[in-house]
Amino acid sequence: MFEKEKLDQIKESFDAYNAKVEKSLEKNPERKKAFESGSGANVNRLYTPLDIADFDYMRDLGMPGSYPYTRGVQTTMYRGRFWTMRMYAGFATAEESNKRYKYLIEQGSMGLSVAFDLPTQIGYDSDHPLAEGEVGKVGVAIDSLADMEILFDGIPLDKVSTSMTINAPASVLLAMYIAVAEKQGVTPDQLRGTIQNDILKEYIARGTYIFPTEPSMRLITNIFEYCSKEVPQWNTISISGYHIREAGSTAAQEVGFTLADGIAYVEAAIKAGLDVDTFAPRLSFFFNAHNDILEEVAKFRAARRLWAKIMKERFGAKDPKSMALKFHTQTGGSTLTAQQPDNNIVRVAIQTLAAVLGGTQSLHTNSKDEALALPTEESVRIALRTQQIVAYESGVADTVDPLAGSYYIEAKTKEIEEEAMRYIKKIDELGGAAKAIDLGYIQQEIMDAAYNYQKDIEAGRRIIVGMNKFQIEEEPPKGLLKVDPSVGELQKKKLAELRATRDNSLVQQRLEELRKACQGDDNLMPFILNAVRAYATLGEICGVMREVFGEYQQSVQL
Amino acid sequence: MDRPIRVLVAKPGLDGHDRGAKVIARALRDAGMEVIYTGLRQTPEQIVNAAIQEDVDVVAMSILSGAHNTLLPKVVELLKAENVDDVLVIGGGVIPDDDIPFLKEKGIAEIFTPGTPTSVTIDFIRANVKRK
Repeated sequence: MFEKEKLDQIKESFDAYNAKVEKSLEKNPERKKAFESGSGANVNRLYTPLDIADFDYMRDLGMPGSYPYTRGVQTTMYRGRFWTMRMYAGFATAEESNKRYKYLIEQGSMGLSVAFDLPTQIGYDSDHPLAEGEVGKVGVAIDSLADMEILFDGIPLDKVSTSMTINAPASVLLAMYIAVAEKQGVTPDQLRGTIQNDILKEYIARGTYIFPTEPSMRLITNIFEYCSKEVPQWNTISISGYHIREAGSTAAQEVGFTLADGIAYVEAAIKAGLDVDTFAPRLSFFFNAHNDILEEVAKFRAARRLWAKIMKERFGAKDPKSMALKFHTQTGGSTLTAQQPDNNIVRVAIQTLAAVLGGTQSLHTNSKDEALALPTEESVRIALRTQQIVAYESGVADTVDPLAGSYYIEAKTKEIEEEAMRYIKKIDELGGAAKAIDLGYIQQEIMDAAYNYQKDIEAGRRIIVGMNKFQIEEEPPKGLLKVDPSVGELQKKKLAELRATRDNSLVQQRLEELRKACQGDDNLMPFILNAVRAYATLGEICGVMREVFGEYQQSVQL
Repeated sequence: MDRPIRVLVAKPGLDGHDRGAKVIARALRDAGMEVIYTGLRQTPEQIVNAAIQEDVDVVAMSILSGAHNTLLPKVVELLKAENVDDVLVIGGGVIPDDDIPFLKEKGIAEIFTPGTPTSVTIDFIRANVKRK
């Protein structure tokens, strides 16, 4: 892109500039000896064409909507329509959450995003001993199709798109969603949405695993296959770097480990006999947005370019849609402070800009009070308004990939891509993502980064406004959301009623059919769907699978 | 005390957010304490068994699931039932200020909320450990 002669001139000028700066540093020192990005990467004083001397526009960027998708996966990006403003919500009972969803739709939210409580995420009914104290706390409690019917009551499933943060029991919740749609007269091919369904990052960072790796990968590939035929508009997985980053990884690790997980899913599906272009277009990703806006933008661009190359070169994908990395973003929960929580509104605004300038397809913005409790309706509204202000007022959505061509952004994009690729190579050498997780390699890398970050904060090398600098005396915050502790009892009562009124012999029969299928090689989705339709509970269905498959044992290390 | 302070870092409840637990475990270890980390999803019974078996001086629990009011007091009760009264029990995580007086009343010596420097927790343990 740059002529050699011009580069020589720039080099000469750059050297002179540096000599001049070095001379003046004694009198006018810089704020710090070395500058680091949010992820601890070196940041130079000045970026010039010299940093991207081998930059090739068509090879490295191309046009939006075309390989390698660095500039975005759609041709016109937000000039066509804005990203989907999708607020993750759910708490207490299906009735309460249903009210919150209707409120969010009224306020201009464009898609639903369901948060489930922990017992649901781990495949326990609300009356299981381990569910004690947990029912309805971090999301909505769903025990059976009956709860799911209430959750989506009055919400037309052929009109909304719904994202469900559910992993180990993703097949069961997807089956419940399909069954609710049936009752609304909506056929599966009309359904749009996403299940997270990413078990590897549960082993790495998020913790809501149930089954060992092999049956978990089978469930995932079963879903890929089933949806490619029956629910073709559904995103069958959301391969998540979000939680890896929340656990403390760097930006480059977020990309490297997430794409390594992606590679593992693609390999598993190919091994199960699926053609790459039948399922790869429905793969989606989920990333974090932190405060270092320029590094984050480079991260999103690097992830797109690297995935496109992997799909084309490593897996021989032919369909362009298989190569286009589309992703959801959530602003970084771990960047929020419990101190001076109003400051979090500003952090979320910066992170929103990072996600939008990075070309996200959908976005959840965190609320200011999330370091303290689940968000109130008011704080959720401010978080949604933040997206709307960026969309309608900031102008950043009016031209595609506006930061492209910045010497820093392009150099950083390349740097993150290369570092992520080094992690992927290392994981390949270890035998793939599942093996690297068993060995504890990925967890250890993340933990080292997390601990360094904490030490930097405590040593004052990293400033968090309001937390380790600019502190004030504060009154404890008022008006936090509290989940009614009686939710657990209420769910137990509903379960007892369900078990007394449903056709229990049919439930037993369907569960036995599922058990046999688990022991064989059939696709499990139709069996799970049949059990769900008979009002078998989530805990009963997962219980059968637990008996056949066993449970995952975490490798614990510090 | 003639031996290093022994700490059980435990994750009660079903949430998988173990960044805080692991960071504090490493910080305590770097501060010269002996640290045992339980891993995720420990029931109060498992935590108390581990505390007794490992003969720890401190049980430090990290919880972000919202079930703290149920699970943390249960650990103190079970320790009492086992006649263990010289173990310092502390907690941390996303725990609203409003819940802290209740937890302290139930015998949790201190609650460390987000943003607490690890040095504060280390100092608290050194000053309050019961076995000397």
